[in-house]
Amino acid sequence: MGEIWEGLIAGFWLVVSLDADLVEVTLRSLQVTLTAVVIASAIGLPFGAWLAIRRFRHRRATIALLNALMGLPPVVVGLIVYLLLSRSGPFGVFNLLFTPTAMIIAQVIIITPLIASIAHQAIRDIWADYHDLLISLSTSKIQRIKTLLWDGRRALITASLAGFGRAIGEVGAIMIVGGNIDNATRVLTTAIALETGKGDFALALGLGFVLIGLAVAVNLAIHAIGQTESEGKW
Amino acid sequence: MVTPILPLTMSSAVVKRRGQTLLGPVDLDISAQGFTIVMGPNGAGKTKLLRALHGIERLAAGKVTWQVPVGDTQDRQAFVFQAPIMLRRSVRDNLAYPLRLRGVAKSEAFARAADWAQRVGLGDALDRSAPRLSGGEKQKLALARALIGEPDILFLDEPCANLDGRATREIEAILKDAQAGGTRIVMATHDMGQARRLAEDIVFLMHGQVIERGPAQAFFAGPQTPQARALLQGDIVE
Ligand SMILES: Nc1ncnc2c1ncn2[C@@H]1O[C@H](COP(=O)(O)OP(=O)(O)OP(=O)(O)O)[C@@H](O)[C@H]1O
Ligand SMILES: [Mg+2]
Repeated sequence: MGEIWEGLIAGFWLVVSLDADLVEVTLRSLQVTLTAVVIASAIGLPFGAWLAIRRFRHRRATIALLNALMGLPPVVVGLIVYLLLSRSGPFGVFNLLFTPTAMIIAQVIIITPLIASIAHQAIRDIWADYHDLLISLSTSKIQRIKTLLWDGRRALITASLAGFGRAIGEVGAIMIVGGNIDNATRVLTTAIALETGKGDFALALGLGFVLIGLAVAVNLAIHAIGQTESEGKW
Repeated sequence: MVTPILPLTMSSAVVKRRGQTLLGPVDLDISAQGFTIVMGPNGAGKTKLLRALHGIERLAAGKVTWQVPVGDTQDRQAFVFQAPIMLRRSVRDNLAYPLRLRGVAKSEAFARAADWAQRVGLGDALDRSAPRLSGGEKQKLALARALIGEPDILFLDEPCANLDGRATREIEAILKDAQAGGTRIVMATHDMGQARRLAEDIVFLMHGQVIERGPAQAFFAGPQTPQARALLQGDIVE
């Protein structure tokens, strides 16, 4: 019990004193995850919106597949990306394994379906609401999409935030493809795993505080957006 | 002078769903001037008829012909739906929306929005979120949003269904104003009093068919069909 308490205090101090290791790992986490969120949003948000508006032959199957992909076990994604990027794999020539880029690729694969799925649901609901009016006003396709994306912007931000929340706390896939290399691919989650294994609870807990702080901030933001949405303040 | 889009002719129009005929075949002329009231019991096909005239209902057969190609009529028609559709925006943005679609500058669109909000009694509500308005306020907003583009023809699907007496009177005044300003009006209603106050001619629908059609005075004075007679006597028509 004493050990944990000491660890908590030491971890707290690391955060307050902006410990160099801790800052470095935190910044790398943010860099990898934010990049992944930007890329996944650029793919997932328009794709989700498009799925909501377009009628095509395999639409239902595509949506089912999307929802299935949301449940992909990250470790398996990590394994597949590892095999693809490994020296003998199809993309081995790019030498991406054990780089932040590899971690970003894995995270993009993990969170794009999530972001697309949330965006799809939101835009589909608004489209169902607006359909008759937008047809009656003889809007062009571009005008329709603009209107739906604008009026669905809160839900779209929520989708990206949910992607961020999932990616920042993910450990299995990035451990495999990143390798948790010091000063290169070590991020919050993999560092916590390592320090815990080594018995250095101070650093592990300090990192844990930062991670919890980020997760709480994201969820508060999602909650705040939901709040303004339901009260119609925007 | 722009070419008029009216009169409008609907010929042998049929609307079907899953093999079932919901409307028609209907032949109907909408003259250049006037105020047409569409009457009939629930499920008679009033909504379907208005939507078909407006061009947002797929016709299984027949056609709707304007004086100009239908593509040129779309910006000059407006429709107020039975259940008002509110954009998830402020009242001001809802009103400005049809104008912004047509490229009207924001400042002018907002000025006209404020003017129309005033006219329908929503002058104090410009910054409120439209989906949060009361049912009656939504209907007023939908009406103002339809009229803001100064349409040549306005279709209304029971626009006063949730309104109290005073609001109904205000809306009727606005509709008469619009008509005086040159807007052709075609409106469905269940309210016999309203029909008597507003109608210049009547379209009486049952089971998807127009069973009586003519000037309002003649219709109210001496209805031709037993169903219309029953309706006017306050009986339940089915
Ligand atoms: N999508 C649909 N699928 C099947 N039947 C439909 C559909 N839409 C409407 N109907 C049916 O078509 C008939 C005419 O409907 P419509 O909405 O035009 O009636 P209405 O005269 O406007 O009635 P109300 O006074 O209740 O508004 C009704 O019997 C309705 O149930
Ligand atoms: Mg109806």
